[in-house]
Amino acid sequence: MKDRYDVVVIGSGPGGLAAAISAKKEGAESVLIIERDKEPGGILNQCIHNGFGVEIFKEDLPGPSYAERFVNEAESLGIEFMLDSMVLEVTPQKKIYATSKWYGFKEIEATAIVFAMGARERTRAQIRIPGFRPAGVYTAGSAQRFVNIEGFMPGKRFVILGSGDIGMIMARRLTLEGAKVERVLEIMPFLTGLTRNYVQCLQDFNIPLQLSHTVNRILGKNRVEAIESVQVDENFNPIKGTEEIIPADTLLLSVGLIPENELSRKVGVKMDSLIQGPFVDEEMQTSIPGIFAAGNVVHIFDLVDWVTEAGFTAGKGAARFVKETKEKSEFVKLVPGNNIHHIVPQYLKKDALQNGPAKLMMRVIKPMEEKVWVELSDGKNLITRKLERYVRPGEMVILTVPQKAYDDVKKAKELIVSIEKFGG
Amino acid sequence: MEKFDVIVIGAGVVGAMIARELSRFELSVAVIEKESDVCMGTTSANTAIVHAGYDPVPGTLKAELNVRGNKLWDQVAFELGIPFKRTGDYVIGIGPEEVKGVEKIYERGKQNGVIGIEMLGRDEVLSRLPYLNKDVSVAMFAYTGGITDPFQATFAPMENAVMNGVKLYLNTAFEDFIFDGKKIIGIKTNKGEFLSNWVINAAGLYSDFVMHKANLHPEFKITPRKGEYYVFDRNEFTIPDVLFPTPTELTKGIMVTTTIHGNTIIGPNAHDVEDKEDKANTPEGLDEVFKGASKLVPQISLRHVIAIFAGLRPTGNARTPNPAIDYHHDYLIEARPDMGILNLAGIESPGLASSPAIAERVVELLKDSGLELKEKKDFNPIRKPRRRFRDMTNEERANLVKMNPLYGRIICRCEYVTEGEIIDEIHAPVPALTYDAIKRRTWLGTGRCQGAFDTPRVVEILSRELGVSPLEVTKKGDNSYFLLRKTKEVEDER
Repeated sequence: MKDRYDVVVIGSGPGGLAAAISAKKEGAESVLIIERDKEPGGILNQCIHNGFGVEIFKEDLPGPSYAERFVNEAESLGIEFMLDSMVLEVTPQKKIYATSKWYGFKEIEATAIVFAMGARERTRAQIRIPGFRPAGVYTAGSAQRFVNIEGFMPGKRFVILGSGDIGMIMARRLTLEGAKVERVLEIMPFLTGLTRNYVQCLQDFNIPLQLSHTVNRILGKNRVEAIESVQVDENFNPIKGTEEIIPADTLLLSVGLIPENELSRKVGVKMDSLIQGPFVDEEMQTSIPGIFAAGNVVHIFDLVDWVTEAGFTAGKGAARFVKETKEKSEFVKLVPGNNIHHIVPQYLKKDALQNGPAKLMMRVIKPMEEKVWVELSDGKNLITRKLERYVRPGEMVILTVPQKAYDDVKKAKELIVSIEKFGG
Repeated sequence: MEKFDVIVIGAGVVGAMIARELSRFELSVAVIEKESDVCMGTTSANTAIVHAGYDPVPGTLKAELNVRGNKLWDQVAFELGIPFKRTGDYVIGIGPEEVKGVEKIYERGKQNGVIGIEMLGRDEVLSRLPYLNKDVSVAMFAYTGGITDPFQATFAPMENAVMNGVKLYLNTAFEDFIFDGKKIIGIKTNKGEFLSNWVINAAGLYSDFVMHKANLHPEFKITPRKGEYYVFDRNEFTIPDVLFPTPTELTKGIMVTTTIHGNTIIGPNAHDVEDKEDKANTPEGLDEVFKGASKLVPQISLRHVIAIFAGLRPTGNARTPNPAIDYHHDYLIEARPDMGILNLAGIESPGLASSPAIAERVVELLKDSGLELKEKKDFNPIRKPRRRFRDMTNEERANLVKMNPLYGRIICRCEYVTEGEIIDEIHAPVPALTYDAIKRRTWLGTGRCQGAFDTPRVVEILSRELGVSPLEVTKKGDNSYFLLRKTKEVEDER
């Protein structure tokens, strides 16, 4: 892991993977994806049903297979992953603070950043369902994780609130796992998810959908014991007398998604309160140049293929930003390499050698009582070097960069000074 | 059969503070709690205010212990590492009709000996609190009002008590007393019998049940009085002040206030209920809370609500000991040396504020009753707070993660709670054995996603650390299981 990347992508769902891949393909040299889960792929990993990739691959794939294609491509392109790691903060200067059991607490610099944090599910409190607060109330996504990833059933007898896609897909999934889905309740007078999911997930399994109905109360002190449903009028107010007690041990909520924008807000990108996502331009660039956003973090998509498309756009924009930044940059950084403690100056102007040679002053970390080379390179090619009989921390080392190195310095992204053994 | 000098029934804030005070002395002390964790009853759901002491009727035990308790809070919070801020609080009068009510409270405050209270005119109030209802007429400000975390206010003294030798029995419910003639010599519980010279009844909502089992005060009755609340997302909407409306004789009214974690909360209303476990939110109650809070701060919108909850006050019907005062909802605090029982009942608001003074009073009563109280030489009054990753600077975080990488793994994405912190709480002197127990200690799952992200991970950690199947992990003890069976498995009969 390095401390600096051209592009850092936060989140490895479909948007993040696509952004990283297109950034790399469009010329960004170093790309890092930071993902808080242990595996890349985001929520796709728990979406084991099919329906993914029809637009992009002209194939009907399950979620993990769809993700796998992008993960494999990212790996073959040399994109780095920092998994099981959480970004705590992003600064407008594009510093990223992330923490992880594996990498420790990291400060990473990026030239461009792509936000691909996805969305979170609306919770019980946000829709203010009265009643007790027992175990057995889950968002559809949490239940999906338990069933499809962890291998546990969060209940046996379900009521699902909300006819969103995850709710309907979970209704089918739970039925296939031997659970009884008593009912899907929808407060709106119409279906809120895709019709194909209604047909394939509810109709085909004889799961009743009740429109203009919601949960009036949750019953059960420790574990859900029953759900009281109620019909609502056109203003969503409960109609007295239509209450019905449905025995159930679990309530699943599929009541909408909210873009996950805590990092975006903290860094100060301008937010559109209508969609709860950042304002973006045609490149998916936010109000802070060099910070891009892709996928559900901007607004809620229905098809994953379109999230991928948005990711490609954002990644391309990030690569463009990196390229322009590098071209505009007037300085090249001097980086201490092998056995070098520090170098002064720390930067050279790109045309520093126009009027004559440049003198670099440095100190070494440990003494080497033998003939050594003091070498200047751009990371790949040697630019100049000089022989010393020995180096000692107490004695400053000076390396003069000759004028003929003008082109090399101008082209370099960074300059590295190292001490190398004469014979080695 | 285990024998103790003193058994405390109930591990709410009152029981915990008492246990800690008793742990100063050469006594064997046990605390029994029917729930899976401390702090599960009245202490678990309230407004988290350390009241200044201007509310209670002058001359009542409530008034005396509130004012004394408030004074003790600085030291208790310091020694036990309980978060506590003297924010000051306001009693707000809206419209000319409430001026008298606020003035009355001010007079009560003076009579109760509350220091640092002042009346503020409309312009002064509005300049300090510009978001208030423009019809505000007058306000009282109390400098000594404060806020705390009622959970920490319970774990901390209980942990300190356990450090100093007190035994805590969770999931242990009082069933009856064991008598020798008139004298109580022990208790029967669902986990067997315990012998004891003294029993302290700090059973909160069930203090009447315990008392009646001792054949005392058959007329005394606890009526659960429900209060409902809304919690707001602190990233979206905050009112940083502690605001009371003008109170009525029945209740201090629906507040707009801030928690020590920075979340604005509104509530509580007050309705008597039958069931001592009825902590269910109701549509009517929530509506009442919203309307009440809107009277103080009209711009409040429910759009940024992240949680709702309800709590129960253990409202008693005990008369004030002073015969000159006609007040029938006072605290009942009495020692019966002839029987070996000390009752604490009807400890409703300001019980949290009063709790250090109640503990002090209990020690005095036991001493007066002839219990020998010899100070322990090795009593350690200090319980250090466990610092939270969330509250650290980046440099501190980096050092901590270097020391133990588990502090680098975030389990709660909204409140930044790490795996290391969760494991510490599971193995603490007062162990967190359930999801809610971890939540109350670390504030995990209290943010915008309300646990949707952390729940599967916490179930996994609890299962691993406690050495039980994920199927055995509960939200709050008893049968509050998260998971009912494995997938691909034939149904069993749970």
